[in-house]
Amino acid sequence: MAVTIGVDVGGTFTDFLLVDTETGEIRTGKVPTTVDDRARGFLDGIAGLGIKPDEIRWLVHGTTAGTNAVLEHKGAKTGLITTEGFRDVLELGRRTRPYAYGLSGTFTPLIPRDLRREVGERMDAKGRVITPVDIEAVVAQAKALLAEGVESLVIQFLHSYVNPEHEIAAARAVREIWPNPYVVASHEIVREMREFERGSTAAIHASIAPIVSSYIDKVDSALKAQGFDHDLLIMQANGGMAAAPVIAEHAVHTIMSGPAAGVLAAAELASLAGYDNVVTGDMGGTSFDIALVTNGVPLITSEKELAYAMPIRIPMIDISTIGAGGGSIAHIDKAGMLRVGPESAGSYPGPIGYGRGGDRVTITDCNYMLGRLNPHAVTGASGDAPLAEIETALTTQIGTPLGLDAVAAAQAVIDVAVADMAGAIRLISVEKGIDPRDFTYIPYGGGGPLHAVAIARMLNLPRVLVPRYPGLNSALGCVLADVRHDFVQTINLPLAQIPAGQVDEIVASQIQAGKDLLAREKVVVNEVVLQHEFELLYRGQSHVLRIPAPEGAFDAEKVRLAFREAFLARFAIELPTMIPVLVNVRTTIIGRRDRISLADFTPKGGNEDAAFKGTRRAWFDGAWCETKIFDREQLPIGFVFHGPAIVEQSDTTLILDPGTRGEVDALGNIIITFEERAA
Amino acid sequence: MNAIAQTSTVAAIDPVTLTVVEKGLQQVCTEMDLVHEKTSFSPVISEAYDRSNGIYGIQDGRMISQGETGLPIFLGVMQECVHSVIKERAEHLNPGDVIIVNDPYRGGTHLMDVKMVMPFYYKGKLWCYLANAGHWPDTGGMVPGGFSTTATEIHQEGLRIPPVKIMEGGVLVQDIVDFVLANIRVSEERIGDIHAQIAALRAGERALTALIDRYGLDVVNDCVAEIESRAETMMRAHIADIPDGVYSASAFIDSDGVVNEPLEVALDVTVSGTGITFDFSRSSKPCRGPLNSVWATTQSAVFIGMKHIFPNVPMNAGCFAPLTVLRPKGTFLYAEYPRPVAGCSAEVSQRIMEAVFLALAKAIPGKLFAAPAGTSGNLSLGGFDPETGEHYIMYYFSGGGYGGWWDGDGISNGCSTIGISKSQPVEILEQRYPLLFERYALREGSAGAGQFRGGMGVDYRMRLLRGEGTASFLMEHGRFGPPGVLGGEDGQPNRIRLNIQGREFEPEHLSKGENFRLLEGDYIDVGTPGGGGYGAAEDRDPQARTADERLGYHG
Repeated sequence: MAVTIGVDVGGTFTDFLLVDTETGEIRTGKVPTTVDDRARGFLDGIAGLGIKPDEIRWLVHGTTAGTNAVLEHKGAKTGLITTEGFRDVLELGRRTRPYAYGLSGTFTPLIPRDLRREVGERMDAKGRVITPVDIEAVVAQAKALLAEGVESLVIQFLHSYVNPEHEIAAARAVREIWPNPYVVASHEIVREMREFERGSTAAIHASIAPIVSSYIDKVDSALKAQGFDHDLLIMQANGGMAAAPVIAEHAVHTIMSGPAAGVLAAAELASLAGYDNVVTGDMGGTSFDIALVTNGVPLITSEKELAYAMPIRIPMIDISTIGAGGGSIAHIDKAGMLRVGPESAGSYPGPIGYGRGGDRVTITDCNYMLGRLNPHAVTGASGDAPLAEIETALTTQIGTPLGLDAVAAAQAVIDVAVADMAGAIRLISVEKGIDPRDFTYIPYGGGGPLHAVAIARMLNLPRVLVPRYPGLNSALGCVLADVRHDFVQTINLPLAQIPAGQVDEIVASQIQAGKDLLAREKVVVNEVVLQHEFELLYRGQSHVLRIPAPEGAFDAEKVRLAFREAFLARFAIELPTMIPVLVNVRTTIIGRRDRISLADFTPKGGNEDAAFKGTRRAWFDGAWCETKIFDREQLPIGFVFHGPAIVEQSDTTLILDPGTRGEVDALGNIIITFEERAA
Repeated sequence: MNAIAQTSTVAAIDPVTLTVVEKGLQQVCTEMDLVHEKTSFSPVISEAYDRSNGIYGIQDGRMISQGETGLPIFLGVMQECVHSVIKERAEHLNPGDVIIVNDPYRGGTHLMDVKMVMPFYYKGKLWCYLANAGHWPDTGGMVPGGFSTTATEIHQEGLRIPPVKIMEGGVLVQDIVDFVLANIRVSEERIGDIHAQIAALRAGERALTALIDRYGLDVVNDCVAEIESRAETMMRAHIADIPDGVYSASAFIDSDGVVNEPLEVALDVTVSGTGITFDFSRSSKPCRGPLNSVWATTQSAVFIGMKHIFPNVPMNAGCFAPLTVLRPKGTFLYAEYPRPVAGCSAEVSQRIMEAVFLALAKAIPGKLFAAPAGTSGNLSLGGFDPETGEHYIMYYFSGGGYGGWWDGDGISNGCSTIGISKSQPVEILEQRYPLLFERYALREGSAGAGQFRGGMGVDYRMRLLRGEGTASFLMEHGRFGPPGVLGGEDGQPNRIRLNIQGREFEPEHLSKGENFRLLEGDYIDVGTPGGGGYGAAEDRDPQARTADERLGYHG
């Protein structure tokens, strides 16, 4: 057997996807996430797939353990040793406030002030020593922090991205006395300038490393005890994986890895279907996540903020979130305007339709009201959705203030939510310099396919591709991911002033570090791929532009030309008199695994009769319409159908408005295109 | 609830279209903001977001929409600016024209904020004006960067540009460009900023055309009117919750930079039903130094203050309709030619807002906060670095503590209330300039005590490593700390201390001073103000008090 399992542990549910490349078999599973002991739910879920651990070849795991620990300030007790005069960098941030308007709000740094200690040490911006590092003081402060019960430690000195020697010496000394592996120097996490951003990234890492690594150890050893003797791989935010043996030092890369895996899967599905440019929309219970894929590759960023004043500078698949999910609450504001979200009923009490005591109108409730969601098959509930209750709530909370009946109110809520989601996609595209007009829209998550057609129509996108398992996209991404590590180092010199050989040396050391890492991970890979990128700007600017490094040894002139071309393409401006500056050198090392071909897993069987489940009254274009309902599991390849139609499957519901055409492609995706509306 | 019921009966537009068009207009502005920021050369724009883009009406320039990511100070300024352009230039404008203007007396701030205004035509008919403002690093004048603290007339502050065409029929007017660039420092990069501002207007033109195409001209027109009336309704509903009465408060400026005496912003707020009037007529007379405020900035400061108190009111002219700011003629808050005004948008505006906060804290304490540090903390340093062989000019802005508020302590190192810009990292400053920061820390003991204490200011020391430099300061709250409210204590005042060749001293004007000559090894210590406290200190939660002790916040 050649079994690969992808596991995505979300906040509420843990999803499993098993693929067997020999038999072409696919199995899926879903269990509640066991927040008290995440490993238990994980292992139960594996058992539930009907497979023994010794039959598993690859097991890839995406986890939110780290993300949640950071956002809820429930990380390990973490301390900081830093340059004298700078212990408050993490608390001062960059002089911001949470919102442009309003002066209230609070901020609590991940490491409290009493656990941030200073030692004598200083480099200048060129990496020359001004004050040698006082190692005795470093050790004394480390001991003092241990006595305070600190478990995890960050060592961060100013300008360590240029010259990390002081950090290296201090870390070496501390590691000799520290009782666990959780000591990190900031340059080991991200070798980039900007003390607050580098420090914040290191602090996020340190506060979750013990949590992530003890969790992975637990899962790994339990699996091993049951006979699993291959690689446990962990999904990272960059869309690649790292192996269990190195996870302690890569903990920060697990942040937001689940959503990243989902985008990766979407990119892969689209490429297979022949579409290289994609917008993804992942709609869950509380939020809507947007990402862009160009030429088959998800856009990557290193400039995210996890929360207010909590930047994280690791390469991540660039995902933007707005507060629009199935549980988002609709309300009328003080100006009498209809608003949807960002407040959410969450999964508890959740929408009114879930019958768990929720009493405020949510997007999900509106979908019940309009007949789009099946009221007899409510997620996680045994009873039907209480339609009368929903209607009353819609009337009193939304309809009456706007002069609408319950149905029109429900449609209004959906329309506003769709406009919000489409608007967010538009702005994010503009920000990235992308015109999404010919992009394929890939919706997933439980709510994605419900509104996909409306969103695509609003943005004039030519087609929607609905994956076969929209609810399992992140688990699918885990199945498909390769091993991947990223390295960055700041140079920040005008191209003309870079000493000969410096860039090539940096690149060589990044390659070596990558190869060493792959060797330690012991993952069997077929091929090692290296990618090198430069980030540049014109002196005086603040925003860097990332370009692929020209082939061969570093040649300033070639880089200058490549940058000029990229700048022209992005901003339509040529600036021949400006001085180009090379800010960062980046290397990515990818260890490609055996390629899993999704084409091996095309759906088999099914026919129109078996797929047709009957009709339901649903509201489209201002009228009730007896709408055909199809069972996704039974749709045969090549099946063509037309909206209005509803396609149901265990993890989601797809809505085709009138004027659309759906077709099941050879991979089991449903491709939706727009037709001229019938008069 | 009543207000809602009333509006719903008049509303003829369907509620979805209304919300969607409102958001669509917002998005047009945000798109312009993004294009502007990403292509700018001025670090003040690209890093500090010191720019604003919006859509304005053809009659009087009233704000139809403005980007939420724009710098707050431009909230009320832009519509005044567009109004001036309409009055003076409307009949000469044709498709493809763009006006450039920076005159403070014509709906402006300081000279560094350069505005561009472009008529927008839909199917050949004038529909609105698109406009933006961007802070240029220099517009000439007696000091690099424009923040002179000793200017006594506008002509010392820089180049004053009346509304003239910088683009005509889609073609750059090279005469004007050359003329402007010849009069400012580091002019090579400004052509990039000119292009960035025009590119933003063009992006707005495309996006707005698409929006009107989609919904139709009549529908969009109806929505614009309705959205404005809704915003007004919302602001009126907020004001209705404020008990009627007259609430007075004062805020003090340390000095005008020339005459070392405090200036008073004296405010009487009259709340009556759903309207509110701001009267500054008791304020100090016009001053000699550059701490005068022009009318557009004075009015805008009041608007920003109200928006900080009621942040959810949408940004359009309706938001301001219930707010009447009386023109404070004869005071330093109504500067007329040729009064110098360099300090108006960065500092005087924040004192005006402070007076608004302090007055309304007396009326609706449950929605207010104590005074924030309220200074942009400008430190500029120019010099020559022998290591690089280059001249440099550095602008450094620092934050301060926010006031305690109704349910929590103030934020430490918050941005000025008129800005949203981040401070620059020490590592970047040390790369660019021959400087060594020896300390960049929370300023212990700076927070005003209270049930909810203020946030802390910043305490930094900056040492000149090489060559010679000239330092200037334009800060505030050096004489008096940001006031506490409801029995809360004041935050610590701003403090500047220079150490030049072993002599330690403070600037005569405390928070302001110009052209201090530094030599290698000399240093500057700055402590920025802490926020005022909210409520009496003895009511503070004992646990919070213990935490403050443990964390060493009191020093």
